[in-house]
Parts: sequence; C-alpha cells; structure tokens
Amino acid sequence: MDFALAAVLPQIFTGLVLGMLFVLLAIGLSLIFGLMTVVNFSHGALYMLGAYFTVFFLGYTRNFWVALLLAPLMVGAFGLLIERFLIRRLYGRSPDDPLLLTFGLSLVLIETAKIIWGKIGLTLDPPRALGGAVNLGFMAFPAYRIFVIAVTVAVLFGLWAFLTRTNVGLIIRAGSRDPLMVRALGIDLNRIWLLVFGIGCGLAGLAGALAGPMRGAYADMGVTMVIESFVVVVVGGMGSLLGAVVAGIMMGQVVGITTYFAPKLAEIMVFVVMAVVLLVRPSGIFGEAGLAE
Amino acid sequence: MPGAGALIAWVGRHPVAAFGLFFAVFPFLMPYKSLASQVLIFGLFALGFNLLYGYTGLLSFGHAAYYGLGAYGTGIALAKLKIGSLWLGLAAGPLLAVLGGAAIGFFCLRRRGIYFAMLTLAFAQLLYFVAFHLADVTGGDDGLRGIPQLPLNLFGWKWSLEGSLAFYYFTFVLVWLAVAGLKRILDSPFGTVLQAIRENDDRASACGYDINRVKHLSFVFSAFFAGLAGGLDALRLAVVPVESLYWVTSGQVVIMTLLGGSGTFFGPFVGAGTYLVLGDRLAVFTERWPLVLGLIFMAFVLFLPKGIWGTLVAKLPGGQTAGVKP
Repeated sequence: MDFALAAVLPQIFTGLVLGMLFVLLAIGLSLIFGLMTVVNFSHGALYMLGAYFTVFFLGYTRNFWVALLLAPLMVGAFGLLIERFLIRRLYGRSPDDPLLLTFGLSLVLIETAKIIWGKIGLTLDPPRALGGAVNLGFMAFPAYRIFVIAVTVAVLFGLWAFLTRTNVGLIIRAGSRDPLMVRALGIDLNRIWLLVFGIGCGLAGLAGALAGPMRGAYADMGVTMVIESFVVVVVGGMGSLLGAVVAGIMMGQVVGITTYFAPKLAEIMVFVVMAVVLLVRPSGIFGEAGLAE
Repeated sequence: MPGAGALIAWVGRHPVAAFGLFFAVFPFLMPYKSLASQVLIFGLFALGFNLLYGYTGLLSFGHAAYYGLGAYGTGIALAKLKIGSLWLGLAAGPLLAVLGGAAIGFFCLRRRGIYFAMLTLAFAQLLYFVAFHLADVTGGDDGLRGIPQLPLNLFGWKWSLEGSLAFYYFTFVLVWLAVAGLKRILDSPFGTVLQAIRENDDRASACGYDINRVKHLSFVFSAFFAGLAGGLDALRLAVVPVESLYWVTSGQVVIMTLLGGSGTFFGPFVGAGTYLVLGDRLAVFTERWPLVLGLIFMAFVLFLPKGIWGTLVAKLPGGQTAGVKP
C-alpha cells in the first residue's frame, strides 16, 4: 500500500500542475463568456503565443523573469486588439458568430506561428534558480512545478481581490448579471468588455508562458488544451469562476491519476467525466441552470 | 441580370432536378475526375451539417465524428471484417454514424447554444483519441489501410468502380438520392418544425412540439448524411486517415457550409466546390493553405455571413420571388 502511494503521489502533484494550467485557461474562458457570452476559440492559440513570446523575450532580454512578465502582457495586449477590431463587430449577431470567427483566427495564428518559429517545437529551460528539485519530506518534486502552483494561486488571489474589492470588479460582476441595467446607470460597458477580454487572453498567455519550460513551445500545443479547458468550464459551470477552479483541479487529477494506471485512457477520461457530470448535473457543478444559454 | 434571376428561380423550384442536371456534367468541368467525386462527397457531408446548423439552428463543431464513424464503419467492414459486399460495407458506415449520432446527440442536446457547439467538439475529440489508440481495429496513426475496391453489383450486373469516372457516377447517384431525401425531409411537417425551432425554439415548444425529440431526430438524420459521406470517402481513398475524426475536419465542414451559405439548399455544394477547387489550385502556389483558409473563414463571418449562394439568392431579383430558399 505504501509502495503504491509513493508511486501515485508524484502523479497527483503532476496532475495538480496540469490542473493549474487548466484553471488559468478556464477562468479566462469563463470570465469572457460570463460577461460577453462570447466563446473565444482562439484561447488555445493565445496559450501557444504565450509560450512562444516567452521564448522570444528570453532570447531578447536573457532574463526569464522579465520574459515571464512580458509574454502574458503582450498576449493580453493582443487580446485587446482582437476584441476591438474583430469581436466588437459581431455584437448583436448570433452567439455562434464569435465562435466561428475565433476559430478562423486560431487557424491563422497557428499557421503564422509555424511560419515564424518553424514546424518543429522549441524547448525552453526553467531558470537556474528553479532548475533543481525540492524535497517535500515524503518525495522530491521539481522546483519549477512548485513555482507554477505558487504563481497560479497568487494570480487567483489577485483576480479574486480585483473582482470583489475594486469598483471595476464590481462593474464586471454586475455586467455579467444584467448588462442592460449597468448601461442604464451610465457605465460604458464597451470599455469593460475590452478590459475583460484582454485579461482573459492575458491569463491564457500566462498559462502558456508557465507551460513553456515544462512542455516546450510548439504551434499545435493549444488545440487540445482549449478543448479540454472548455470541458473544464462545462464541468465547473459556465460563468462560475469557483467552478472553473474546482473543475480545473479535478480534471488535472483525473488526467494525472489515469496516466499512472492507464496512460492511453488519460485523454479519454476527461470526456468521460464530462459526460457523467452532464448526465447528473447538466448545468455543471457550480452552474445555474439556464444562465446565458 | 433577368436571365440569371430566372435561372435561380427555376433552380429554387426544382432543386433536385437542377442538382441532377448540373452534377451529371460536373466531372467534365473539373481539372480531374477524383476532385469532382470529392466535391460531391464533401457536399453531402456539408449537406448533413447544414440540416443541423442551417435548418435546425444547432451549431455542431464536431461533425467530423459522424463523417469519421461513417468512414471507419465502411472501412472496418470491408478491410477488417472482410464483408464481400459493396452495399453491406457502404451501409455499415452510415449505420455506425447513426448509432454514434443518437448517443452523442443525447448528451449534447442537454445543453443549448454555445455549450452544444463545444460539447459536440469534445465528443468528436473523444472519438479521435479512441481511434488513435485502438490501433488494432482502426490502424491508429497510420490510418486504416487495405480497403478493397469491390465491383458494384446491381441485380446481377457487375461494374468495376476502379475508374475515377465510374466511381464518380456511382457517388453521383447515391448523393442525388440523398439530396432528394433531404428535400423530402425539409418539405415534410417535420422539416417545418425544424425551421420553427431555428427561429424560436421556446415558441415551437409552446406550440406543443416535443422539440427535444425533433432536435434529436434532426441530429440523427444529419449524422446519417455525414456518415454516408464518410463511407463513400473511405471507398474513394481506399484508406481512412485518423484525421477524419480530427477537429480540423469538423472545421472544414463548417467553413464549406459558411462559404456556400448556411440554411440554403445548394449552399453546402457551392461551398464544398469552392473550398476544394480553391484549395486544390492554391496548393500549387502555396503550402500555407490553412492560413488562407483561416483568413477566408474570418472574412466570411465578418463580411458575408450569408455565403456565396445565400448572397446570390438574396441579391438577384428572381431569387427572392422563389418563395422558399433554394
């Protein structure tokens, strides 16, 4: 029993790290969807850009910390452009249209990445300070992965504080409940939507930047991630940030533990869990039925 | 252009006859015959997708699932189970697609709108991973190889389908039947309810229709057409690549339908033709086809949401008087 536990524990930790990436992506998707009822399919491509931008800035500045800070900001800025010049034209049309548009956009971004950085992926080393392993007492674990968990937790607290403790956060929460009423109070929701879209994309960029040193950077890296993140959002309940966090961690565990027992089933289990949740609770774990459908 | 308008109006009144006339000469307008068969097959795939998206208002982002199930159904029946009959082999594809569509549709229709789109995509990815790992049955990453080219056996007559023109006309007859079948579905009371659901499903529900059953049935019909397309494509290529189930295939059928015009009768074929011929010609000049594709996708969503055929029908004077959307 002890032997099995010792073998499974690293998987649980690896699953936790994967869960953190899911959480960052799913929160961005969910935030954008909750406020704007837009599904950003290009989220996976932005995750990929986050990893490539980190490689780019690392080569430019020779400093991992600066690259880790700049890459998500650049992806967020890119998100602002997407909202301002593409998504904004589609407000008032069918909610399917932004999904179709961002699908096309992700094809363009993935292909452009292949043109700029080549079809073969790039590898990225974690910074020297985080290169080793940390002895947790019962097992050793790569320091960089612990760093990923810490950064995600810190970002989540920051986001939580932003949404609940600031005026802009108040407007965002109100806007996702009743945009018409918020507008009637004289608030320019266009600027809020722009900001939220940028934040969501920036979180995807951060996930990509954090993933780079673990999984490398390659053009197709975001494709499965965006679909799995959407599964996380569905399981957690669309528009629910708490749901995204809980379901993200849960899905990370599902993948991590299945990888140990039956590696081939890992990619499939995610969808099986989704099917079960949909049968038992169609609106997701924390979802309200009928919200923004 | 009164002539063109009258033509479109005639096409609108007799879509099945018009389809037969045009596609009877179509292979001679194409650079090579196999491309003509491909246009028919993908047109059929898009037709099935359009039944769900254009007429019922449900955006499926995972239609590769039913096309892929159709291709694997036919491929496995002929290559692995060694069923010696072309008809039984071809029937196995749509049958598998219908079963898959019934099961997946049951889950996906528990949610509406955007959720529905992403759920269909998730299930298609699930099938992709299953096909990828079940290499004993599906050939995995290498694709399913060794599909025999059986001769067509009709009431004791035998024709070889190995020539590309013979295969084209075999496909043509089957797709023509499918088009006539779709017309029949759309003209039936059931077809009217589909369009009522697209316009306002709460109201259709209030009229007393069991909209969940109607949607599910529409899903299964759609899976049937996609599965038939997949089965035919397995025969055309004599191989089933695992990419048949990949999300890119789902994206392709969406863009074909958008290009042609969703919710129009001929849009899927116009879109499939434009997409495949353009892709074929552009591939000569650029290997960056996905880049061009993505840009076309964005341009059509932003500037021409009705698609090529939909815009033609709306612009030309005869088109509007045709009554029903051709």
